[in-house]
Amino acid sequence: MAQVSLRKVIKAYEGGVQAVKGIDLEIADHEFVVLVGPSGCGKSTTLRMIAGLEEISGGDIAIGGTVVNDIPPRDRDIAMVFQNYALYPHMSVYDNMAFGLTLRKFPKAEIDKRVTEAARILDITPLLERKPKALSGGQRQRVAMGRAIVRDPKVFLFDEPLSNLDAKLRVQMRTEIKKVHQTVKTTTIYVTHDQVEAMTLADRVVVMNHGVIEQVGPPQELYHHPATRFVAGFIGSPAMNFIPARIEEASGALNVVMNNGTTLAVPEERVARYRPYAGKQVLFGIRPEHLTDDKTMDKSNLAPLSLTPEVIEPMGMETLAHFRHEGTEITARLDPSTPAEVGKPLALIAHMNQMHIIDPTTDKVV
Amino acid sequence: MSATTAPAQQGIYHKAGSLRSERRWALWTAYLSLIVSAIIMLAPPVYMLLTSLKTSAEVADQSGSPWWVSNPTLENYWALLGNRMFIDFFLNSAKVTIAVVALTMVISVLAAFALGRMRFWGSQALATGVFLTYLVPDTLLFIPLYQIVGGLGLLDNAWGLVLVYPTLTVPFCTWIMIGYFASIPKELDEAALIDGANWMQMLWKIFIPVALPGIIAATIFAFTVSWAAFVYPTAFITTPSEMPMTIGVVSQLIRGDTFAWGQLMAGALLAALPPVVIYAFLMDYYIAGLTAGATKG
Repeated sequence: MAQVSLRKVIKAYEGGVQAVKGIDLEIADHEFVVLVGPSGCGKSTTLRMIAGLEEISGGDIAIGGTVVNDIPPRDRDIAMVFQNYALYPHMSVYDNMAFGLTLRKFPKAEIDKRVTEAARILDITPLLERKPKALSGGQRQRVAMGRAIVRDPKVFLFDEPLSNLDAKLRVQMRTEIKKVHQTVKTTTIYVTHDQVEAMTLADRVVVMNHGVIEQVGPPQELYHHPATRFVAGFIGSPAMNFIPARIEEASGALNVVMNNGTTLAVPEERVARYRPYAGKQVLFGIRPEHLTDDKTMDKSNLAPLSLTPEVIEPMGMETLAHFRHEGTEITARLDPSTPAEVGKPLALIAHMNQMHIIDPTTDKVV
Repeated sequence: MSATTAPAQQGIYHKAGSLRSERRWALWTAYLSLIVSAIIMLAPPVYMLLTSLKTSAEVADQSGSPWWVSNPTLENYWALLGNRMFIDFFLNSAKVTIAVVALTMVISVLAAFALGRMRFWGSQALATGVFLTYLVPDTLLFIPLYQIVGGLGLLDNAWGLVLVYPTLTVPFCTWIMIGYFASIPKELDEAALIDGANWMQMLWKIFIPVALPGIIAATIFAFTVSWAAFVYPTAFITTPSEMPMTIGVVSQLIRGDTFAWGQLMAGALLAALPPVVIYAFLMDYYIAGLTAGATKG
């Protein structure tokens, strides 16, 4: 078990392209940290540098207090689970799991004990004699996790482990991974492009974009208090609405005024924060779940507005309504019993307690 | 209802019918060309077999059809198998081939692993270079090689062949193995590295077992090339006791303009036996190995 530290870590390729641009990150012992971001944001490269599969161009990576920059992967005491499982096709499940221990010359009895225990945790005991080709995708991923668990390493590294599975299995395996972490408690770094995976698994989520860390924090904090426009748009599904608007002052109070003249009152406790933006063009950010119809418990700071839906998507537990407002797509989450119709104006309310103001010049959330 | 669906159904059946006839046509063409090529390929060995079963008198007799044996006999085979020299040819071939195959496989598996997996400066150029050497024909190469083998004092010695045959086998086998290793996902070596394997353990415990079909394909190729080599032994070997089968049969059974046709054909068939047996057993591996790069991407 160990903490992992990244200090000013850089990955530069020939020709000067930087995939990772000097990131700092402290991961505590036992912590489950998820690196999330769009493809090409540097999250996998970061993980592979921690694993020792990519050389570090600058900065330091330390595992358990020891700088590992020049230590080969086998001596870093880490275990990795790959997207395509990377099971040894000619070996049985048992041998796949035992391979790392055999190479490290563990006694046979110890290997047997660890493999049996890992197989029990992962519920793959009946599969131990099978070859990987006789397993389903989900079973293969369990074996890949078993191979990591038996080693009892300082750190688990997961590189998009669920991306090859179908949607249903992915949800199931997500729960499995969380359960396993609750059992073995090994420090875990998990890479995914799926923000739902990130939110559900992580103690802390690290949102990356263009080789830099945009924000680090617990899932709820990222959801409620995004630091940048990118994080606000990336975390949450469907994504947050960004509506061009002006902040206008009227007799001491502030209003968000949309381009069509719709005026939404800013909650009193936020007036001081937003006052410097009075009279300026900003982006008004509001999540679809906070732009809804009038069947709500929280009655404070509601602002009514009317929009005409272009598309209605009934999902069963909720209904999504899509609008177009002055060239901007807006999505609202409605109660399924709301009689919404395409082309017919719909009365909505914005939960202004949950609003965000984004400064368009810096893309930072105010 | 039926009035609207009828034309659509007809359309479907029409299409199915045309597909079926297209398939039949394709099958006929395939069978026809296979039969023609089988006849062309099989005619020489069948003719060899027929001739090997004839007496010298019958071979010389021009009256009947050459494709018919009137008095089949095994005397040509017994004559060869009773001849100590012929047994020596066979043993020489076996000795040289086994040594060449072993040498080739060690060199080409190691070379392919290094060129295909351990990315280093110039590895791509080296891999292309290896393949380019394969394009130089042995009919050209034997001239400089004669100097080298002569310099080493290995002319007229079967072991000299063990040194020169790999110039034919190593480039191609390395190429096959590079292709096969390339079809093994990169994550497999990364998993092995993290599991604690060094390069040799990775090669021995992961790559060789996983690439076994490719290795078998390369082995068969090396075996066939060194068993059937003709130019090099013709150039480098003159003493009958050092000759392999290929040139031994020809040099001993053709005296001036006298051809012992029956024995020549029997000898050629016996010489062809080991590759045929090996192909028959390992054909599937051979094909899997040669097409690995193409299908596994």
